[in-house]
Formats: sequence, structure tokens, C-alpha cells
Amino acid sequence: MTLLTQAFLLLWKDTLLELRRRDSLLTMFFFGILLLFVFNFAFDLAPDRIAEMAPGLLWLAFLFTGTLGLAQLFQAERENHNLDALLLSPLDGGALFLAKATFNLMLMVLVEIVVIPLFWILFNLRLWNLLPQVFLVTLLGTIGFCVLGTLMSALTLRARARELLLPLVLFPLMIPVILATIRCMEEVLRTGQFGDQIGWLRLLLGFDVIFLTAGVLIFDWVIES
Amino acid sequence: MTEQLQPIHKRKGILGGLALAAVLFSLCWSLAVAPPDAYQGEVQRIMYLHLPSILIAYLSYFLVFVGSGLYLWKREKRDDILAHAAAELGVLFTALTIIEGSIWGRPTWGVWWTWDARLTLTAILLLIYVGYLMLRSLIEDENRAAVAAAVLGIIGFLDIPLIHMSVYWWRTLHQPPSILRPDKLPWENVHPSMLTALTISFVSFLLLYFYLLSLRYRMGEMRQEIIARRLERGA
Repeated sequence: MTLLTQAFLLLWKDTLLELRRRDSLLTMFFFGILLLFVFNFAFDLAPDRIAEMAPGLLWLAFLFTGTLGLAQLFQAERENHNLDALLLSPLDGGALFLAKATFNLMLMVLVEIVVIPLFWILFNLRLWNLLPQVFLVTLLGTIGFCVLGTLMSALTLRARARELLLPLVLFPLMIPVILATIRCMEEVLRTGQFGDQIGWLRLLLGFDVIFLTAGVLIFDWVIES
Repeated sequence: MTEQLQPIHKRKGILGGLALAAVLFSLCWSLAVAPPDAYQGEVQRIMYLHLPSILIAYLSYFLVFVGSGLYLWKREKRDDILAHAAAELGVLFTALTIIEGSIWGRPTWGVWWTWDARLTLTAILLLIYVGYLMLRSLIEDENRAAVAAAVLGIIGFLDIPLIHMSVYWWRTLHQPPSILRPDKLPWENVHPSMLTALTISFVSFLLLYFYLLSLRYRMGEMRQEIIARRLERGA
């Protein structure tokens, strides 16, 4: 079996599990919406300032909901020694990495498709025509988050207090993605185009490619640990 | 066993003595011999600590990367001990750099901290490697902790250029480098005695660093010996 077939089968397994249990998606979804409400009380979101605050707030929401998803990502493997069973099978570590990263990406994108328009509605943003650009930036950032996040989730798999440890090791490494997405989105919301912030998009793309490659190559070591 | 260890101890003692002498010498030189800065006055002397500290910290993180890579490749315990020791010292020297920088920044810039690119980068480095140490300490199984830490050591190092680029695009306020400039040779834009003081101070920091590293490395080895003996007795 090639890498991609293996990855697809693993992804299918996770999707089926999720369809039957609906643990991760529902919690992430409601947590994301809950955060929008909390932001409303925490900040003075005047209508004239909301467009400049939107990128930061949205990314905070995605970071937190994404971390929830990552903490649950290997839950099925933790139960009943399923991970050992997976490792016994003639499976490429890279395939498992691709499947898990894609699965978390799917969950996060589903959440984002709902949360971004909801943000526009709840805070009366008028810039509906800019949604495609906003989604593009968000997608590139989310890929980076899921790729590196899957690696870190697997690294912390056997640690004590792993849910607490995961954001501690992940967030400092995520700073390029956080900066790039937020600056890029600010520019889009202010001027309607990427302008000279296009360099951030390249940085995001570079980040995604570097850690996707690194992940496929070293994931054998990561899960064996 | 003890006879074997004796010369190592002796060599380490010599290194320690050298480091102490060099630090004292560089202290005298940078406090008394080097002239005060034309604009900043006496406070500029912190540079003689500040610059070597951050260079040593970077050296440390490079050693973490090398040790991690070697460990994943060859699986020899000593590489892991090296990476662990270097990570701890890297965190120590990064923290020192930030503290020295704050003490210098308060009279010079008027603030203890500002979100300038280089300051932010240094703080992020500190966070990454504190995370590295926490990851190590929270995984019970020695070998698993070593592999996980090695992977993080490599990923963290790969991430540094990206973080560097992003925070520099974000903002920059730190004074441009005054020693390593593209347009002039080092000895053309700094007073020669300042450059001497800086070199002496860097060498003394280097000696001190390798002394501390050898101590910390030996500590890691001793831990392994204790674990091995316990296993022997148990079996």
C-alpha cells in the first residue's frame, strides 16, 4: 500500500469514529461560539474598531478550539492499547501523521466555516465581499497549525499532564503563523487586498511545507517514543 | 573506576580555574580599562556581558540541535545527555541576556521591556526551550523522554529562522548591530579597547560555558550510572 492509501484509510477510520461519537467536533464548535461571547464582554468592541480587532480575536478563537481538537486527536489510540496495535501493523509513520493532521484540519475548517460568518453577523461587519481572502489566509494558517500541532500532540502523548503541556510547547513554535495570519488579515480587512503583506502568505506557505515534510519524515520516531 | 576518573576531574578543575581567572580578568578590563561610551556613558559596559551571553545561548541551542540529531541517528545516551545539558544552559544564558538587557534598557530607552523584534525573539527562544525542559521532565520513561525531547530539539531549531523572519517583519527598534556591520570592518567603528574588552569577555564566557557544560554533562552521566546500578541490584 502506498503512503497515501494508508493515510486515506486511517483518515476514514477517524472520520467514522467521529461521525459515531461526535466528541471533538461538537465541543470545538461550541467552544468557538462561546469564545465569541466572551470576547464581547472582555473587549469594548465598538463598530468602528471591530474590523481591526477581528483578525486577532478570530485567531485566538481558532488557536483555543484547535488545541482542544489536538488534545483529543490521539484519544482513540490511547484507549485499549490501540496505538500499539497500529504500530505493530506494517504502517508508515508518515501515513499516520498525514491522516491525523488532515483529520484535525477537517475539524478546524468545519468550525471556521461557521465561526467566521457568525463573527461577521454578531459584530455587524459589513465586509462580506472579503470573506474569500479571509478564508484563504485562515486555511493556510490552519494547515500550519495542524501540521505542527499533530507533531506536538504525538510528542506529548505519553507525558503526564499532557493537555497542559501541549499548548506550552506548541504556542511558542506557532508564533510565525500567528503573526503572519493576523497581519495579513488586517491588511485584507483594511484595504481589500494583500498589498505589500503578500510576503506573509509566502512565509505561511513556507511554514506549511517545512513542517509537513519534517512531519512525514520524522513521525516514525515521534510515535515510537 | 576511581583511578580512571581522577585525570578527568583534574582536567575539569583546570578548566574551572581558567574560567574563573578569565572572568575576573575580563571584569577588570571591561570595568576599568575600556572607556565609557561617548553617548551612553557607563551603562554601556553591560554590553560586555550582554553580547557574550546571547552568543553563548545561541551556541547552546545549536548544541541541542546537534545532540538531538545525533541521538535520533545513533541512539547513544551521551548525545542525549549533551542535548539536555546544553538546553538547560541555553535557558540560563537566555534568561541572563533578558535580565541584563532590561537593566540596560531602563536607563537607555526609558523602559524595562519593549516589544522590539530582537527582544521578542529572545523571549520566544526562552519559552521554546523551557517547554523543551518541561517536556523532558513530564515523561516518566527515560528513553521515551529522550526521543521526544530530541524531536522537539530539532523542530525548535528549524523554527528559529521562521520566527526570526516573522518578528523582524513585524517590527524593529533595537539599535542596529554596532560590531558586525556590512559597511565597515569591526575595528573601524568601535574603539579598539572596547573591541578588546568584548573579545576578552567572550572568551571568558566561552571558558565558563564549557566548564558548566562539562559539570552538567558529568551530572547526567552520573544519573545514568545510578539508574544502571539500581537495575543491576534489582535483577
